[in-house]
Amino acid sequence: MSESDSFRKGLEGLDQGPRPSDAGDDATPPQAGALPPHPSVDALRQRFGDAVLRHEVVAGDEHIVYVPAARNLEILGWLKDEPAHRYDFLQDLTAVDYGGGREIQVVYQLWSIPNRLNLRVKCELPLQALEIDSVFHLWRASDWLEREVYDMFGVVFRGHPDLRRILMPYNYAEGHPLRKDFPLRGRFSRAEQTRRALAMKTEDHYSPMELEIAHVLGQSVPDPFDQGEAGGSPQGQFGGMGGAG
Amino acid sequence: MALRRLIYNVTRNPEMAPGGSLVHAPIVPHEGEAYEVHEDIAGEHMLINIGPQHPATHGVLRLVLELDGETVVRCIPHIGYLHSSFEKLGEYRDWNQIVPLTDRMDYLAPLIYNCAYAMAVEKLMGITVTERCKVVRVICMELDRIFSHLLWLGTTAIDLGAFTVFLYTFQQREKIYDLHERFTGARITTSSTRIGGMMADLPAGWIAQLNEFLDNFLPVVDEVETLLTNNAIWVGRTQGVGSISGEDAVNWGLSGPNLRASGVSYDVRKDRPYYDYETYDFDVPVGEHGDIYDRYLCRMEEMRQSVRILRQAIDRLPSGSINVDDPRVILPPKTAAMNDMESMIHHFKVVMEGVRAPVGESWFSVESSKGELGMYVVSDGGAKPVRWRVRGPSFINIAAIPHMIEGALLSDVIAVNASLDIVLGEIDR
Repeated sequence: MSESDSFRKGLEGLDQGPRPSDAGDDATPPQAGALPPHPSVDALRQRFGDAVLRHEVVAGDEHIVYVPAARNLEILGWLKDEPAHRYDFLQDLTAVDYGGGREIQVVYQLWSIPNRLNLRVKCELPLQALEIDSVFHLWRASDWLEREVYDMFGVVFRGHPDLRRILMPYNYAEGHPLRKDFPLRGRFSRAEQTRRALAMKTEDHYSPMELEIAHVLGQSVPDPFDQGEAGGSPQGQFGGMGGAG
Repeated sequence: MALRRLIYNVTRNPEMAPGGSLVHAPIVPHEGEAYEVHEDIAGEHMLINIGPQHPATHGVLRLVLELDGETVVRCIPHIGYLHSSFEKLGEYRDWNQIVPLTDRMDYLAPLIYNCAYAMAVEKLMGITVTERCKVVRVICMELDRIFSHLLWLGTTAIDLGAFTVFLYTFQQREKIYDLHERFTGARITTSSTRIGGMMADLPAGWIAQLNEFLDNFLPVVDEVETLLTNNAIWVGRTQGVGSISGEDAVNWGLSGPNLRASGVSYDVRKDRPYYDYETYDFDVPVGEHGDIYDRYLCRMEEMRQSVRILRQAIDRLPSGSINVDDPRVILPPKTAAMNDMESMIHHFKVVMEGVRAPVGESWFSVESSKGELGMYVVSDGGAKPVRWRVRGPSFINIAAIPHMIEGALLSDVIAVNASLDIVLGEIDR
C-alpha cells in the first residue's frame, strides 16, 4: 500500500511541472554592467531608437535584443536586407513560455553568413494576444518553424500562407503542448485519447488544402494507412532494407 | 507537356587534389541536348500518398503528391508520426537526465547530439571542460559524422537501385557500432556525455581499435567511389536532379552538406569554431550545382576530411582527467562514494537534486552530420530547464523538399528525399 502511495506521489509530481525556481518572478537574466558592443545593436538603436526595448548579453557572448512585437517585421526585414548587416540565415525561430502567466517570448536566432555574426531578437507576446506578423516572406526557413511554434504554443503568425498544426494531428483538441499550463500527460484521459486516435477518419489525415485539391480533381482522398490492394508489395522493390534510416 | 530527361556526360571526372582527395566538385554544365523520354499521359492529375509506411521515406515521413502523369505538380509533406515531445519531457528532467533523450533524436549520429547538448548546457553554466574531454568529444563527433554519412550513402544507393554499396557501408558501420559499444556500452543509444565531462574515459585499447578502423576505412570509400562516381545510372539519376541554388538554399535555411552542395561555404566548424576546430587542418568541400550528385560528392569528401581530423585528434589526445574538477556537477569516484560518508552525501545530492544552472539562456550550435544542430537551453535557476529546444537540421532541410521536387518526376522524389539525409526521430522529436 505504501509502495503504491509513493508511486502515485511520483506521478503527481509529474503533473506539477518543473520545479519552481528560486529566482522568483523575474526570470530575465541580470543586466551586465558594461555590455560588450555589437555593431548591429548599435545600428538598430540609431535607426529605430526606442524600438530597441532591451539589450542583454547572456552566456558570455550571446546578444539579445528585445523589440516590440508590432514592429518585428520591419526590424527583422531591415536586419536581413541592410547591406551592412545582412542576417541572411534564419538559424532558428522558436518560443519560450516561462509560465505563471508571463508573456510568451518569440525568439529569432539570426546568423549573417557574410559578416559571421549572431544576433537573437525577441518579441514578447501577452497570453491574451498571441499574434505576431509572419516572417515567411523574409526567410522561407520560417515556414515550418512558425507552424511548429503555432502548434506547440498557440502563437498565431499573421500572413503565414499555410498556418496549421505540424507535429500534432490536425484534429488535436487538447491545446498547445509546450505551454506551461499544459500537463505532461495531456488534458484528456488516456481512454479519451485512445478513443480519439481510433476514431480518426481518412479526412483527418489531410489538410484542408489537400481535401480541396481532391475535391477539384473529383477524387476521394486515399487512406494513407490502407495496406490493402494499394499496398501490394511495396517492400519488394527495395528488399525492405531502405527503411534503415 | 513533355517530360524532360537530361543527357549526362559520364566522362566528366571530378578534379582530384594531390594525394587523391577530392577538394572540390566541379560539375560542368550539361552540354548535351535534353530529349524526351516519353510523352506525358495527357494531363490527368491524381493525388497519391508516399508513406508514412514506406521504406524509401527513411522513417515515417508522408508526402502527399499531386501528379500530372508522372510529373509532380505539388508536394505536401506531413510529419509528426514519430512525435514524442522530447522538448516537453526535457522540462521535467534534470539537466543530466536529458542526455538520453538527445541520442534518441538522431539515432544515426547519437554522439554528436550528446555532445551538442552537453556543450550548450556547459556554456550556460560557464563550465570549461578539460582538454582531454574536448579532444575526446571531437573524436566522438567526427566518428559519428562518418557513421551517419555511411548510412546515408548505403540507403541512398539502395533507393536508387545500387545494392552493393549498402553492404560495403554497413560493414564499416558495424565497426563503428563496436567502437560505440566498447566506449559507451550501447550501440545506438549511447548517452555518453555528462555535464562537465563524459560518462567514462576511453577504455584501454580503444584508440588502437579506432586507428585500425581508420586504416581500413579509406580504401572502402575509394572502392565505393569506383562503384558510383562515374556510374552511368548513378550519374543519370543524380546530376541535375533536385537542385537548389545557393541563394534559395540559404533562404530556406538548409545547412550542412545540403547547403554546401549549393556552393555556400557555411560550416559551423569553420565559421564559429568550437573545441579548437580552428587548429585542426581540414577542408570543407563545397559543391556547385546543389543537385544530388554534388551532395553525394560533398559527403564522400567529408568522410575523408573527418578521417583527417580524427587522426590529428588521436595525435594530440592529452592525458589527464576527462571530467572537470567541479564538485557541483561531477559525481565523486565510485570508490570514494562507497567508502567515504561525505562523498556519498555528495553523490546523493548531485543525483537527487541535480545540477543547478544559473538564470539565463544559451543558444549553441555544432555542425552535425546533417547540418547545423542548435541547442537552445533556458534556465530560471533550477535543476531543470524552463525550455530546451533543438534546432534539428533535418527538420529544416526536409521543409525545402517541395521546392526541390515540384516539376520533377515521381521517381526523382525518392532520390531527392534520400539525398537530403533526414532522420525522422529528429524531425518529429
